[in-house]
This record gives sequence, structure tokens and C-alpha cells, in this order.
Amino acid sequence: MKAYLDNAATTRLDPEVLEAMLPLMTEQFGNPSSIHAHGRAVRSALERARKTVAGLLHAAPAEIFFTSGGTEADNTAIRGSIETLGLTHAITSPLEHHAVLHTLEHLARQGRITLSLVRVDEKGQIDLDHLEELLSTQPRALVSLMHGNNEIGNLLDLDAVGELCSRYDAIFHCDTVQTMGHYPHDLQQLSAHFIVGAAHKFHGPKGVGFLYVRPGTRIHPFVHGGAQERNMRGGTENVYGIVGLAKALEIAYRDMDEHRRHIEGLKKRMIDQLREKIEGVLFNGLSADLDRSLYTVLSVSLPPSDINDMLLFNLDIAGISASGGSACSSGSEVGSHVLGALQVPADRANVRFSFSKFTTAQEVDHAVQVVAELYKREPIC
Amino acid sequence: MYLDYNSTTPVDKRVSEVVFQTLTDVYGNASSQHSYGIRARLLVDEARSSIAKVIGSVKDEIYFTSGATESINFALKGLALHPRNSKRHIITCPTEHKAVLETCYYLESIGFDIDYLPVNEHGVIDLEKLSSLIKQDTLLICLMWVNNETGVIHPIEKIGEIAKEAGAYFVCDGTQGVGKLPINVVESNIDILCFSGHKMYAPKGIGGLYINSYAKAQNRIQPLLHGGAQENGLRSGTYNVPLIAGLGKAFEISLVEMETNKIFIESLRNKAEQELLKLDGAFINGKRAPRIFNTVNVSILGFDTDVFIGINKDIAISNGSACNSSLIQPSHVLLAMGLSNSDAISSIRISLGKDNTNDDIDLLLMRIHDFMTLL
Ligand SMILES: Cc1ncc(COP(=O)(O)O)c(C=O)c1O
Ligand SMILES: Cc1ncc(COP(=O)(O)O)c(C=O)c1O
Repeated sequence: MKAYLDNAATTRLDPEVLEAMLPLMTEQFGNPSSIHAHGRAVRSALERARKTVAGLLHAAPAEIFFTSGGTEADNTAIRGSIETLGLTHAITSPLEHHAVLHTLEHLARQGRITLSLVRVDEKGQIDLDHLEELLSTQPRALVSLMHGNNEIGNLLDLDAVGELCSRYDAIFHCDTVQTMGHYPHDLQQLSAHFIVGAAHKFHGPKGVGFLYVRPGTRIHPFVHGGAQERNMRGGTENVYGIVGLAKALEIAYRDMDEHRRHIEGLKKRMIDQLREKIEGVLFNGLSADLDRSLYTVLSVSLPPSDINDMLLFNLDIAGISASGGSACSSGSEVGSHVLGALQVPADRANVRFSFSKFTTAQEVDHAVQVVAELYKREPIC
Repeated sequence: MYLDYNSTTPVDKRVSEVVFQTLTDVYGNASSQHSYGIRARLLVDEARSSIAKVIGSVKDEIYFTSGATESINFALKGLALHPRNSKRHIITCPTEHKAVLETCYYLESIGFDIDYLPVNEHGVIDLEKLSSLIKQDTLLICLMWVNNETGVIHPIEKIGEIAKEAGAYFVCDGTQGVGKLPINVVESNIDILCFSGHKMYAPKGIGGLYINSYAKAQNRIQPLLHGGAQENGLRSGTYNVPLIAGLGKAFEISLVEMETNKIFIESLRNKAEQELLKLDGAFINGKRAPRIFNTVNVSILGFDTDVFIGINKDIAISNGSACNSSLIQPSHVLLAMGLSNSDAISSIRISLGKDNTNDDIDLLLMRIHDFMTLL
């Protein structure tokens, strides 16, 4: 039996989404910037997609900019705000995705900014008092903190961070890649200046994402060229991707409660079974806390054993696709920086299982059974 | 009727089949270590090889991006802003695509010194003038291979030689030539070659660039996108596996069909051109220059291009490049060739592709005739 439990890395395309993308790949092929009929048909599909995304997030279409993915959206927000608004200080956490961390570290190395890391505890919780302390010494900073952590699932208290950022006049970029399409985002309530999405994390296609920019926050383009995306992002638009993204987000919002119930049930099932079957199993971060972590992610810490080094390999042999840390870097034999920051003990093995609406209870049971088998204690006689 | 292939091409059926199949069947993240990931990674690798084969490089020198614009931004900013780069001078040309020009304006705004090598009335550059612009401080020469508006072909081998001798990088926007004409990046001394899928029967939103192992090995280019360190750390972001596979397929097809397409399309183009030249006061832009076989850019005295396009909504032609064509402005390329504002405004670009027919040309000519007699 096969079990795909790596949905935080990427999800399977929804057939409904493919359906929506088809016409753009076959008959409607014009360049959306062209003024003839071929072009205008595609342009209107593109603008409809923008309206759909904006509507779902309670934003205005002019606040949505399509990009080549979550990484480009994060890079654009971070570099754009620092360079355009002349910010000299940024605050982030050691648990961010590399799209954020490496971008900020690069800017710090170049001397554009000083970079502060907010303290996190061994559960990966952001120390809000420390954040306030950093903000009070360096007002008008860029704060970049993610909404849902892709490795351990921790959720950020968006209201509290937003409130602190407003109080200290900071620019707040929130990497919402893991929550987009899984949690309702209401930009009338949210005070973030930038949030982002990557379609392939919610059953849309790879290679397309978007950036939301709060009105009044003007940033310079990051990719220079033609007048696309209202001069913010040059390059002929990935129209099938964009149409697919909008469709995927629409479906995600339409079925959100139902999917959430289903997936949360699976996660709980896995936690319960692992606890029952494996002595000494633990969960990293807030992963086992259903209210304070992504319902799609479970980060499991397995007790010391000879087979730890071969765990993922063994899972793969048994048809189970899961992740050691995050999949988002190539040659990922380097340990996870997130687990490193939590100082998880080196003698334990960590595996991330992540679920989607397509995941079944059978897949979860199969994974638990295989893991339990691997960690079965030999009876001591 | 579609006569705007330089703006974008339809996706070849064989390419869209690959894309659909990959979209449905291969959903792993190409960076993942498990079997789903490995399957995705193999497709990415295969595409890389197909591309390398067409342009005469090795597969490790091919990098994927979201399109030529991103490739150009990456190339120019990546070389210019690298911490170990101290050179401040860049040579480009006013007939380049906006992706190059806008990026150069940006670099100019932060202190780089940009020279714009002029072209003559045929759209041709003067190689001696190019050599004379070179300084100690010249970091790179950025000149396109085939012009998107006129089809004029720059002498890339000679430019490559000059760049090499000067110790400058040769960055070439190959978007309109790759897949249509043969090229060998090594023989042409090209350091970076940029391309886009949707100009060669692959989808929009995927492209890439060749970076020669010298620029890479010397660690002289820095990424535009930072993150998960995909593409050897030079381009982060989850691999767009389906479109990458589609792009690979398009390259594979181009290798086989390049010559047949050329012969067929060139004959249509020549026919269109001959007929157009019979019109009063008509002239072909770039007529005396080496030009690609699919493009005609014609100026017709007193011809109101925008009205013509407005009336003939079923005909897709262009009054400039698509990226500018929502604004009614004379083409910056034609102005750089010395055309007057009114001649530039009275010009149309017809760009043909493999799905065009003789009837398409006849219909276009008839519509132009009707329009002219109406006036
Ligand atoms: C939290 C987070 N941010 C950003 C990204 C980058 O998204 P993409 O790879 O689509 O560019 C990812 C996933 O890879 C992610 O999990
Ligand atoms: C010569 C040239 N360079 C660059 C580009 C930009 O390509 P893209 O829009 O796919 O990024 C184009 C097409 O628009 C072009 O014709």
C-alpha cells in the first residue's frame, strides 16, 4: 500500500482545478498584454482570477499580485519593503522558511539591514515579550514571522503580533504559505502588510503564487520588465497557473470546514495510535496541540533506536512518503534548521507526516503500523 | 486568425499532453527524498538534458525560471550586484526588450554606468563602435539574439568574440531565437542565454537560462530568489515540474522540426512581404539586415494601425511588442532605428508560426487592402 503523507511539501492537483486550467492551455492561448481578441480573452480570465482571490480574502483585486510561487512572493515583500521604505532593521525568528531567512540574511550580509532573531522556547513558541523589546529599541522595523510552521506546525498568534507591529509602527510580513487555503484569512481583520500564498500547497499547480500588499504600502518592482501586474512584476503571466490557483483557492474556501474536520480527525487518529503503540513517542513543537498547530502537520519524535538513521528509507520502502525536515531544499541531508533551533535531542529520529483532503484513514493506519513495527521492542527475557 | 507568434505561441499538442500527464500523475516535490520526489526530479533532469542538447551546452548549465523576464533580471542583477563584482559599466542597446531596458534603468538608478549602443536604420549594430565602448570597467555586454519587433538578428558570434577578448560577460536574450534557429552557446562565446517557453510552443510562466560553468564556477553570479536553495542555490522555489517537463518536450520537438518549420514559414513570410511592399509608401523595417524567417514589420504611409487592429478584432497582429501594446505609443525599437513618430505609429508586426497557412496571409492582405481603400 502507498501512503502520500508529505502534503506540506506539496499537494496533489485537484481534478477540478485541472479542468479549469485546460482551456487556457488549449484554445485560449493569447498573450494577456495583447490588445487583440486572443489577448483580451486571456486577460479577462486573468483578472477574473484576481477578483476571485481578492474576494475570498476580503481584499481588493488591486492588492493581489501574482508571482511564480511562495518564494518569489516572500522575496518581493521583504526586499521591496526594505528597499522602497528604507527600513534598516528586520526582526524574524529562527524557525522561518528559508525563503524568508535566506533573503534576510543576504540583506544583512550586504549591510542593508541589521537582523534580529526573536527568541523561541523549546516548543517553538515566539517570545512576544522579547519581540516587543526588540520593537521598542528599533521601531519601524520589518517583522517577518510565519503563520503556520511548515515543519512543526506551530501557529502564530497573528492578532498579538499584528497589534505589536502597529504599536511600534513596524511593517508586518506574514508567510502564510502553509495556512493559505486551510484557514480563512480575512484581510479586513488582519493587520499584516504582506501575506503570501503558493498554489501547490492547496491542490493548485506548482510554479504560481501571489502576494497581497496592504493598500498604502508602496513597494518597487522586484522583477523588472513589461508592464504586467500593474508594473509590479514584469514577465508574461503564467495564466493557466493563475487560473488554477484561483480555482484551487475557491474550492479550498468552499470545502474548508469539511476538509478541516476530515484532516483533523486523521491527525488525532495518528497521534492517539502512535501514543498507544510506541513507547516514548513525542511530538515536536506544538504539533500535538490541535488548537495551536496546523491540522495538516504532525512532527513526530521517535525514541533512540538503531534504525533511526534508516527511518525515512524504511518508510519509503514501505510505500510511505514523509519528510525528515522540510523538502524545500535540495540535497536535504543537512539537518533541519527548525528542529535545530528547538534543540531536539540528537539521539531521536524526527519525521513529519502531513495530510490533505485526499489522505485516507487507511494511509494513516498503514503508516502507524509500519512505524510501530520498526520500533517494536524486542521482549527482554 | 493568429499572426502574433512573437507575442506568444499556442502550446503544441504534444507539449500540453506532457504537461497534463505530469499535472495528474506526478505530484511529488522534486526536492523530496522519497519515491514521489525522485520521480519528479527525473523529469526535471530529463528536461534539462533536452534543452542542453539544443543549445550545445551540458545539462548542469541549465537553470529553470518563470520566464525570460526573470532570467534576464537574474542574469543582469546577479552579475552586477554580486559582492565580488567591482565593475560598474554595462553595454546594451535601445532596441532590447523592456525586460533588459527596465533592469538596466534600475541598475543605472543605483549607480551603474550604462552605454546604449545605437543601431542604424536597418536595426544593425556597429561592431567597431561596440569595441570602442569597452572599458576596463566593463562588466557585461547585454545584446539580444533576435529582435522581437523586427526580427533583426544580431551577430552573436562576433559579439561573443569581442566580449571574450574584453573579459566581459556576454549576456544574450535569446527569447525570440531559441527553438527557431540553431545555436551553439560555446561557439558563440555566450556566457548567459535567456529563453521563455511560450515563444516556442511551450506554456507561459516557464523559462530558463544557460549560465556557462565559468560564470558559475567562479561564483560570480548571485541568485535573484533566495530560499530553499534549489537549482544549486541559484534559484529557489518549488520546481514547477509539469511546465518544466513541457518545456523539455518543446525543446525536443524543436530540434527535430526546426528546419521544416523554417522552410515553410519563410515561404509564407516572403509572400506576405512581397505583397505588402506593393502598397503605396510601404517599407519593411530591417529589410537590409539579417532577419529571422517568421517576422515582418512593415510601415505603411498613413496607415492607422490602431484603427486597423480595432476594426479587425479577429486578426491577431501587433503594433509593437505585447508588453507595451496596451499603451498607444510608438515602438521604442522603430524609433531607435530612426523612424519618425508617424512612421512608427503606422507600422504593424506580423509574426508567423507553424500553424499558419497560405489562406491566413491572403486574408490579411485582403483586409489591409479593404482598409486602405476605405480611407
Ligand atoms: C512556509 C513556507 N514558505 C514558503 C515556501 C516556498 O514556497 P514555494 O516553494 O512554492 O516557492 C514554502 C514551501 O516550500 C513554505 O512551506
Ligand atoms: C526578446 C524578448 N525578451 C524577453 C521577453 C520576455 O519574456 P517573458 O514575458 O516570457 O518573460 C520577450 C517576450 O515578451 C521577448 O520577446
